[in-house]
Order: sequence, then structure tokens, then C-alpha cells
Amino acid sequence: MCLAVPHRIIRLLGPGEALAEVRGVRRHIRTECLPSVEEGDTVLVHAGFAIEKVLPRQEEELASLWEEIYALSEGNPS
Amino acid sequence: MTSLSRAQACLGAIRERQASLKEPVLLMEVCGTHTMAIARHALKQLLPRELSLVSGPGCPVCVTHQRDLEQALALARQKGVLLATYGDMLRVPGYASSLQEEKARGASVRVVTSAMEALELARNNGAQKTVFLGIGFETTAPATAAALLRAREEKISNFFVHSLHKRVPPVLRFLASQKDIPLRGFLLPGHVATILGEAPFAFLGEEYSLASVIAGFEREEILLGIAALLGQILRKEFRVQNVYPQSVRSGGNPEARKLMDEVFRPARALWRGLGELDDSGLVLGEAYEAFDASFLVPPLSEELEEEHVQARNLCRCGDILLGRLAPRECPLFGSSCTPVHPLGPCMVSGEGSCAAAWRYEKTFKGAN
Repeated sequence: MCLAVPHRIIRLLGPGEALAEVRGVRRHIRTECLPSVEEGDTVLVHAGFAIEKVLPRQEEELASLWEEIYALSEGNPS
Repeated sequence: MTSLSRAQACLGAIRERQASLKEPVLLMEVCGTHTMAIARHALKQLLPRELSLVSGPGCPVCVTHQRDLEQALALARQKGVLLATYGDMLRVPGYASSLQEEKARGASVRVVTSAMEALELARNNGAQKTVFLGIGFETTAPATAAALLRAREEKISNFFVHSLHKRVPPVLRFLASQKDIPLRGFLLPGHVATILGEAPFAFLGEEYSLASVIAGFEREEILLGIAALLGQILRKEFRVQNVYPQSVRSGGNPEARKLMDEVFRPARALWRGLGELDDSGLVLGEAYEAFDASFLVPPLSEELEEEHVQARNLCRCGDILLGRLAPRECPLFGSSCTPVHPLGPCMVSGEGSCAAAWRYEKTFKGAN
């Protein structure tokens, strides 16, 4: 039930409301939980509400973790 | 790196770390979306034999107590009440009926996909009391709060909320303190963490020496989370680790929490199979009491309470939610309880453990 789907903000429509698009489908969403949202942002939408901006994958943030994973998996191919 | 090669690297690391641990490890995920993704990708079958991953109370529909469901049904039967609910609740069987059956018998039950839609129903149906059934964890509760805030601003007097919202950290504390469940760590729910951030889960490591990792929902993100959990157990360094940074900020979403804090206050709540847990529910705070649907809910008869005790003995959802029993071990699974004719909420909900096992693990059984 906590499913959240990334949508792109097409247009801000007024206080607490925006037009967003997912896979070619446009719908109205609420932005009360994410007032800083801007046109062009990709946001997670849950139960009709934007709940967070989706940032591009932050490779460097997890870089050291992935390094560990690759190092471990080299000796243990699946 | 492709998604597949990332997943393979994670599996390799998981096997390596599990082998180093030299003891069985039990991990739990507590998010219905994780449950479904794990089943869809058959991840449990790919893990080393000594590593068990069980599904905990991560599906809001499944953890809704039978008594609360019965109250919702009684609400739907009330004359002059329009009950607005997320579709997930529609088919959950009560003692005598479900919301879907009440609707077929003429009750005003409407499915909504957003709390704001329920408020819109109230605006357009002035003669009826519109009651929104507030189901869901911290991911969903801010939406209900936003609708209530709007209702108060607009002075809409026929909109009410029957709040069955629940909080995840208190139930994790309950699970962490169960001596008969030898848990070593939690795969934390990604979208609850989107709202709460990392801090509310810190007690798991600090007080219970449990590993905890916030994970996303793609195959390789879940496997990365499991590999990170094993890393914490190996190093005995227990802290909340966020491997879903694209959608979870360390401090969560403060605006969403502000909405929740404005409208709700924590209260004791009933969980299916777990009983009553302190501060594990969200009820309407003082400023929003006028919107609380509680006064519309008729008390349940003693006879009905007794029937629930008997019904619960048949359906093992409670044990399944605690990870004590696998769906297949329930005597009803696949015989009298199937997704077409579900007897318990874990089979009704699209993301319940039993529905996931039926949909994805059944084919494995047949293939063997």
C-alpha cells in the first residue's frame, strides 16, 4: 500500500496542486507534503500526493558500498 | 553495470557474508511493496539456505484488526453515511460481510484513490456524512492530514475520518523485543522512511543490536539492502544505513511530518495478531475532534467479539504477520483460502504475504 510511483511535474496549478505525468498519462496531484516542488521535478506520488523529490541516482553516495559488494562477489560468482 | 549484473554481484556478496557468519540468520522486511517485489523476483529462493527472510506486518490492510474492520462495516451500514475507502479494504471478509458486499446490498461505499477525493465526495454530498476510512502507515497518514486541514479551513461539517492509521517504529520495537523470534535485522520500508527519515529507527541498533537498512524496491536495491544488513551483522556495527538515497533524505520529509503532527496524536492501537501496542496508532488530535468519526461507530455486540476469537483461530494471518509461520504452513492456504475466495486479509490484499506466496511461489511448487 506504500507503493509510490515517480511522476514528472508538468505544471504547478495553484496552492497544493500540480499537473504531473507518468508514462504518458497526466493527472492532478497534491503537493501539500512537498511545497518546494517545481516544474520539471520528478517526484514520488503516493495516494495522490507528492511525498518526495526523486534525485538522480547518487552513485558516489553508495560507491564504497558497491566497491565492497564487487570485491566480495568476485570470489563468489553467482 | 546492468541491473542484472548488479543483482548478481549482490547475491555473490550475500553468499560470501553468510558463509563468513557461520550461523543461521533471520531477517524481516516490513513493507508490502517489498513483500511483492521479493516474491515477484523469487529472491527468497536465491538466498543461501541459512539466510531466512520473512515478511512482517508491512501491509496496512493485513494488520487492520478484525474488530476495526467490523466497526468499518457497521459504519457502512449506518443510514446517512457515505463510507469512502481505499480499494484495498473492499474485499476483506468480516464476520457476516465485506465492504463490497455491503455496497452490493445498498450501502454507500465509495472507493477513492486519495483522501482529497473523499473530501470532494463530502463537498458534493451535503446531505450525507462522508466518512473516510484512514488506513495506512506514515507514508499515507500525511495525505489524510492534508485533507483534514483543508476540511477545517473550508469548514466542511459533513467530512469525518475513522483513523486506523498506524506507526511503524512502535511495531518494530515490539518485534525486536520478542524473545521467540530470533531476528537479526530489518529491511526497513523505503517509503515510510521517505517521510520519517533515519532517526526514528536508530533504536533498533542502539537498544537491540539489530541491523537496519532502508532499501528501495528494485531487485538489485533489495539485494543490496540484504548484503548491507549482513555486513552490519558481521562487523557488529548496528546503525541505520540508507541504500535508497535517491528517494529518502536522512531527515525524511519534515513538511509531511508537520502535517501529521498538526492533525494526529499517537495512541494505543490494535494490530491483527499482535494485540494492542502503545503509541502505535494515530488518532485525531484535540483541534480535529469535530472530524473524528468515532461517535458514529456503533459498539460491537459481545456475541460478535466472541465470533472473532473463533474466526481468528482458523485464519493464521496473525502468526504470518509475526514471521512465525510461512503462508504455505497455514491450513487454509490454497484450499479454502485463495485470492478469489480469501478468508483472511493476508490473502485479500494485493500485497499480503499469502497473496504474494500464492501468485509467485505456487509456480515454484508446481515446477518441483
